[in-house]
Amino acid sequence: MSLTMSRVEIDAAGICYSDLNQKVREAVETGARKIVLKNVYGQRYIGTNLYGAADSKELSQIGIDIYGTPGNDLGAFLDGPTITVYGSAMDGTGNTMNRGRIVVHGRAGDITGFSARGGEIFVKGSAGYRVAIHMKEYGDKRPVIVIGGTTQDFLGEYMAGGVVIVLGLNLSDMEPHHCRHLGTGMHGGAIFVRGKVAHYQIGAGVSESRITSDDEYLLEQYVSEYGRLFDIDVSDITPANFVKLTPLSKRPYKQFYAY
Amino acid sequence: MKMQNELINEGKGGNQRQTVPKQRKASDFAIRSNRLPEFAIDRDYEKCIKCEVCIRQCAFNVHYNDVEDDLIRHRAEDCVGCQRCAVLCPTNALTVKVNPAQYRAHGSWSSEHVKDINRQAETGGVLLTGSGNDKQAPVYWDKILINASQVTNPSIDPLREPMELRTFIGSRADKIEVKDGKLVTKVPPQVCVETPILFSAISYGAISYNTQKALAEAAVELGTLFNTGEGGLHPDFYRYKNNVIVQVASGRFGVHPEYLNAARMVEIKIGQGAKPGIGGHLVGEKVSEDVSITRMIPVGTDAISPAPQHDIYSIEDLRMLIFAIKETTNYRVPVSVKIAAVHNAPAIASGIVRAGADVVVIDGFRGGTGAAPKVIRDNVGLPIELALAAVDERLRREGIRNRVAVIAGGGIRSSSDVVKAIALGADAVYIGTAALIACGCTLCQKCYTGKCNWGIATQDPYLSKRVNPDIARRRLVNLVNGWSHEIKEMLGGMGINSIESLRGNRSQLRGIDLTSEELAVLGIKPAGV
Repeated sequence: MSLTMSRVEIDAAGICYSDLNQKVREAVETGARKIVLKNVYGQRYIGTNLYGAADSKELSQIGIDIYGTPGNDLGAFLDGPTITVYGSAMDGTGNTMNRGRIVVHGRAGDITGFSARGGEIFVKGSAGYRVAIHMKEYGDKRPVIVIGGTTQDFLGEYMAGGVVIVLGLNLSDMEPHHCRHLGTGMHGGAIFVRGKVAHYQIGAGVSESRITSDDEYLLEQYVSEYGRLFDIDVSDITPANFVKLTPLSKRPYKQFYAY
Repeated sequence: MKMQNELINEGKGGNQRQTVPKQRKASDFAIRSNRLPEFAIDRDYEKCIKCEVCIRQCAFNVHYNDVEDDLIRHRAEDCVGCQRCAVLCPTNALTVKVNPAQYRAHGSWSSEHVKDINRQAETGGVLLTGSGNDKQAPVYWDKILINASQVTNPSIDPLREPMELRTFIGSRADKIEVKDGKLVTKVPPQVCVETPILFSAISYGAISYNTQKALAEAAVELGTLFNTGEGGLHPDFYRYKNNVIVQVASGRFGVHPEYLNAARMVEIKIGQGAKPGIGGHLVGEKVSEDVSITRMIPVGTDAISPAPQHDIYSIEDLRMLIFAIKETTNYRVPVSVKIAAVHNAPAIASGIVRAGADVVVIDGFRGGTGAAPKVIRDNVGLPIELALAAVDERLRREGIRNRVAVIAGGGIRSSSDVVKAIALGADAVYIGTAALIACGCTLCQKCYTGKCNWGIATQDPYLSKRVNPDIARRRLVNLVNGWSHEIKEMLGGMGINSIESLRGNRSQLRGIDLTSEELAVLGIKPAGV
């Protein structure tokens, strides 16, 4: 099957999410590797139902381009494909995601990357409340979320692993980030915030730590990827601009109980 | 003793006494426990052959060899009363009993209150416990009697006549359409089990590999289901996929598309009877290499399950997760939602049905747990009997009972409890504690320590090999087969030959020693009427 033949375009206007997702699955099953969804208008769970539609290696070569506004739980349980949204995403983007990539050319809603265990999420603009809540990592699975703007409260709540990078590109020079209770209950992973974060914004059990050379490499890699994806000049962003937040303990409740 | 107390009383900035060396602070000394030992151990030294079995069997290090006196001795204050040493002592030299020495009796301040206060004064922590509520709250099963036929509607002998326990778990279509002898309606997915008894959610992590393996293999042999709990499915256990319920809980441990697609049923855990409204922390000590593989978290880290699922703050949000799972599994398997029995369970259950669940699980407050704050376990929630009856009644009244199967759990102790639960409206029951007792559990309630001497609630390889999965499987199969035979006997006695005909058949039940309010909630008549 040639590359052009493997491209399928679906008009999502007026289609219920379950029917739309079924069409996407059928397209993957019949060999499509690039699926373009036009006129998406709030349909949920795009990319969620692809397990078993192709083998694991092939799934990671699948691209889904979305024009419009996909609904909640975009790419929930995603396991390989790359989803690109030419618009904004709603709540629960990348919910419990395992593998793959989600790129949002707009903003994303609440609980973006909730409980994700792997994969990457890039958001051009800002994101809502509780971004990366209970994100975790395991073995070579280490999820990364890059937010171009800022986020609302409880960023990285209960976070157990992975990396969040917040660039603050839509903040003016003196404007602090909007998030309060940053990293509350965090017990793994790292959050990198570019710009100002006041002490009161940081949750209990979280501390600022030194940016290592590994961190610098990671930041450079993901910031330049962000610039490439959204065609934004990021040359003046350097690791020195970031505050790194990590948990004080991997065992926050060790002393909590009487035995 | 006196000196120790003086040291405790010293405190920060207190007067320096002669007995305290200057370089040591009062906080350097451990606070001595004021608690009376819970258990007393009698060792018959005439019978003791010093074989040291008791020493090897006790993970709490109660027994020790006093080399100077050439005697086996014990520290009763560390004993948890699990009876492992007494059972395995080859000469029956050991008797472990509740300590006859108690604090002075008091109508308001029980020994338990005094001990708990001391334990917290010593540690400042939340009191943990394991297994189910052990308090004297009324067990309504014991106040419900089952009917039998006499003369009219003759009883049936299950030894000679067919008797069906087969149960279908899932949603039933509101109506079906048949055209030319063929079913036209697309019916919702269902799971067929050969007996209405399922093994409830117990995670690998809370219990050992061998114990979960025994549950899985028993489920296969019995034609029923076991439940992974929220600990993920060990790679070795994917071979039991025809008999597994996988759980999706707030921690989302080990949840990925392969896991969801391996299951016969997916269960969203909102709550648990032993600890309604709170999450769970699997302590880092229990996250071994193998548990780490299954939960997909690093070895030795706390596995924290937040109290709510953070994508579910409403019934509409619940619907979103139910259908996210249905999308992931392409609508092939029923999706269940498990809640703890709480005051407004009927309204919540109605919401769960309307959110699109195929199964509602109600877990009563005597349900077990690997670890829960004691204050929650003993005070929060409802008895399953009342919650189940109220939920079934509400769903019937709303005309949506057919849309779900109802599974009741939390304190099902015998086949008669199963019969009563089904007559009160359950499609099937979950058993957890009963299954673990079959594997050897003696309800010492120390699951949270990870030192289970019976090898069940532990990840210590030295302890966990005490459960032989093959023997435990046979014991589980025997238990469920025994109960199933008894259920058939009770059904036959009522003149019923199918478990279907018992479901919600409350006319077969009568209450004794119950108030009219309790009878009204249970929807049954008093005995004698």
